[in-house]
Amino acid sequence: MHLRLERLAFVLAACVLSAAVGSCGVTTSKEDTAGGVTIRLLTHDSFALSDGLLASFTDETGITVEIIQGGDAGTVVNQAILTNGNPQADVLFGIDSTFLTRALEENLFLPYRASAIDDVDAALQLDPDHRVTPIDYGDVCLNYDKAYFADQGVPVPERLADLTRPIYRDLLVVENPATSSPGLAFLLATIAVFGPEDWQGWWSEMHANGVRVASGWEEAYYGQFSGGAGSEGTRPLVVSYASSPAAEVIYADPPIAEAPTGVITDGCYRQVEGAGILAGTEHEAEAGMLIDFLLSPEVQADVPTSMFVYPVRRGVAVPSVFLDVAVRPERVAALAPAQISSHRDEWIDAWTDLVLR
Amino acid sequence: MHGQISFCGDPVRIRTRALLLAIPAAFLGLLFVWPVLNIVGEGLRGDGRWDLSGVSAVVGDRDLRRVAWFTLWQATASTAITLLVALPAAHVLATHEFRGRRTVQALITVPFVLPTVVVAAAFLALLGPRGPLGVDLADSVWAILIAHVFFNHAVVVRTVGGVWEGLDPRVEDAARVLGASRWRAIREVTFPALRPAIASAAVITFLFTFTSFGVVRILGGPRHSTLEVEIYRQTADLLNLPVASVLALLQLVAVGGLLVIQDRLERRRVSVGVRMTSSRRRPVRAPWERVWLFGNLGLMAVLLVLPLAVLAERSFRTGSGHGLAPWRALADTSRTSGLFVAPIEAVANSLRYAAVATVVAVVVGGLAAAALGTARGRLARALDAALVLPLGTSAVTVGFGFLIALDQPIDLRANPWLVPLAQALVALPFVVRTMTPVLRSIDGRLREAAAMLGASPSRVWREIDFPLVRRAVLVATGFAFAISLGEFGATTVIARADAPTVPIAIDRLLGRPGALNVSQAFALSVVLMVMTATAILAVDRVRGRDPVSDGRGWL
Repeated sequence: MHLRLERLAFVLAACVLSAAVGSCGVTTSKEDTAGGVTIRLLTHDSFALSDGLLASFTDETGITVEIIQGGDAGTVVNQAILTNGNPQADVLFGIDSTFLTRALEENLFLPYRASAIDDVDAALQLDPDHRVTPIDYGDVCLNYDKAYFADQGVPVPERLADLTRPIYRDLLVVENPATSSPGLAFLLATIAVFGPEDWQGWWSEMHANGVRVASGWEEAYYGQFSGGAGSEGTRPLVVSYASSPAAEVIYADPPIAEAPTGVITDGCYRQVEGAGILAGTEHEAEAGMLIDFLLSPEVQADVPTSMFVYPVRRGVAVPSVFLDVAVRPERVAALAPAQISSHRDEWIDAWTDLVLR
Repeated sequence: MHGQISFCGDPVRIRTRALLLAIPAAFLGLLFVWPVLNIVGEGLRGDGRWDLSGVSAVVGDRDLRRVAWFTLWQATASTAITLLVALPAAHVLATHEFRGRRTVQALITVPFVLPTVVVAAAFLALLGPRGPLGVDLADSVWAILIAHVFFNHAVVVRTVGGVWEGLDPRVEDAARVLGASRWRAIREVTFPALRPAIASAAVITFLFTFTSFGVVRILGGPRHSTLEVEIYRQTADLLNLPVASVLALLQLVAVGGLLVIQDRLERRRVSVGVRMTSSRRRPVRAPWERVWLFGNLGLMAVLLVLPLAVLAERSFRTGSGHGLAPWRALADTSRTSGLFVAPIEAVANSLRYAAVATVVAVVVGGLAAAALGTARGRLARALDAALVLPLGTSAVTVGFGFLIALDQPIDLRANPWLVPLAQALVALPFVVRTMTPVLRSIDGRLREAAAMLGASPSRVWREIDFPLVRRAVLVATGFAFAISLGEFGATTVIARADAPTVPIAIDRLLGRPGALNVSQAFALSVVLMVMTATAILAVDRVRGRDPVSDGRGWL
């Protein structure tokens, strides 16, 4: 018995060892793809592309792309600022207006005029000097639990201003803008909607009306919200994305025709995401080709179903599975990057004093 | 310590020891000291001049003082509650024999090696507004405390239980025969023998809860923050390195102090007598023993097994009840949802990375243990403590340190090897502290005799030490493997998208709406749980035959 156990333990140990040796082959094989260049794309955790798209880029150009996902959008930009001049990657994807000004002030990116940049609407352009190229956009919006409002006979709120009414008491959960990117976007939306003078008044009324704050999107959507699949909470209103109902349908199991959640189209905040070539790269030309690729019709048509955002390029067909359920708010709020950059910390502090104290 | 023929000062021995220590020291230097020095240095003298504005910013900030205070008191409370819950469990498992004891012992160790992303998801479901227990504890300090007990229960059970099972029950019996009440016998006979182990377990629990990150960030809500959470926020969210560096140093000093205290306690523990050569577990007989046993098992079931059961249940949930669809989808590449590979590939990645990490940790840790096992100086003790420091350091400090420190002469930052190396850094202290006591217990005279007879140091190691430490190596391998599988810290900063580990895949899946994403995340959590449980069970099988339990737990 003892002997057998010991032998088993040694066999296990041998497996561990051989697996370790085996992995050497796996990890190094990536480096030498027929003499082609390997470049790195630093991006946030939500970045995704459909299977095979990147491989087609490699087939066409001989350039291999390694993707590094370093956290949420803010963390990734901060990593790039920390390593400015000697970057860990060649291209950064995922910078939005919230962090744009600081990144530009730090001279994080090299200018590059993408070949398809003229096919992008002026309203979606991020930088006149083309240091950051817009790739996609999405809206942070309030989502609601359809079943709750139907069952309770309560009208779905139409405007942010409605939410301070007593019938909506204890119904909303938001993310902390200090630690969450959608949380910050929603705070900016309220500042854009109510104006720099009055936004605090709305939040203190919401505080009195029982708004709940979660640390991040996951804690809000799964921990406090009631509407999504897998949601464990009781609150029927949450700060999420305009495309969240589409994700509920696309990832439903078994398939469903209609999303269990809906979008309130007032008070949405538009985030345009861009990509830039990191200063200090040794592969500037290849990095430019990757940016062109991100703006190519193939990738642009893929972003709706892989990242649940809209392509910035005109004339790109959005898949119908997405169009049928996704909501595109007509009026969206946005603030100028410079304004965000100079007031962000002060706004977050003021918000914290109002809502969390 | 030795007689006239001392080998301690022998230049050959000293040189051997220095050689043995060179690799662990270089490993720790490259992957911990250098990155941390770089990032802290960047914060304190970013422009080449000392900038101590962070110090006054920290001292003068009311919020940061509150964070420091909360860090301290929640760690104290967590430690106290963990001891209260885990000491009875340690008693039951160390002194009673019952069917399935070993399985229970392995099962209750699983929480310790699970990553917080996995567990926090289960606790959100369990303690949230619609939880089966009927109380909404989300965002409350209670959620933090309960999760801390969940994670650290095994630290106490294993550290204290290891000593407890070695105590001779006849001593307590003798006290009873001499007229002492049961309570008095425990208080005056058993407790003094256990006290150093209890203190040591308390220090380790305090260390882990003092530096708690995931639990506080996910379960504590926006109103609760520890130093570790604040370091993360100041570094990753705000890139305010002057403040982050001061906080990191503050935490480093606190952790260093704790390790000094633990070192003192450890040395005192060696003197405790009443040890047995084999454990004397007793079958459960008296009715009150039965109540005590089942009461404790019940508590462990609720506290430790229920959250794991919730994970398992959720992994079968579909939009219309329960089914196998989430499990089938694990192998599906067409609906991978934000992962670049089928989720099941993350399992293969994790196994590969953990295997490399285990080999590195066992080799480097084995060398350190070989050196520390024969050395008793202050330097050796300092290195022993230094090996634990990475556990008490913020992962974001180390991870961001990698970014600016590991770019020359070869750029290691996006190198796939960095992931297992970071995992090995976390597993290393467990390896060293499993192996060192065994090596210390080897009779020095045996080595000296062999050396006198002309055996080279390597031959002494091969023929005397190795046969004795083989089992310790196996135990260390199992632990290092389990810990590497669950590591979710510095890896997040350096992970590559084409090769996510299981904890990272879970995190990515939970970051999106949709039924399949959630249930696949839970299915992967179950896979991770089974893998770690298997490793721990194997460890306990090997260790179970150890005639003298090392009594040191594993840290």
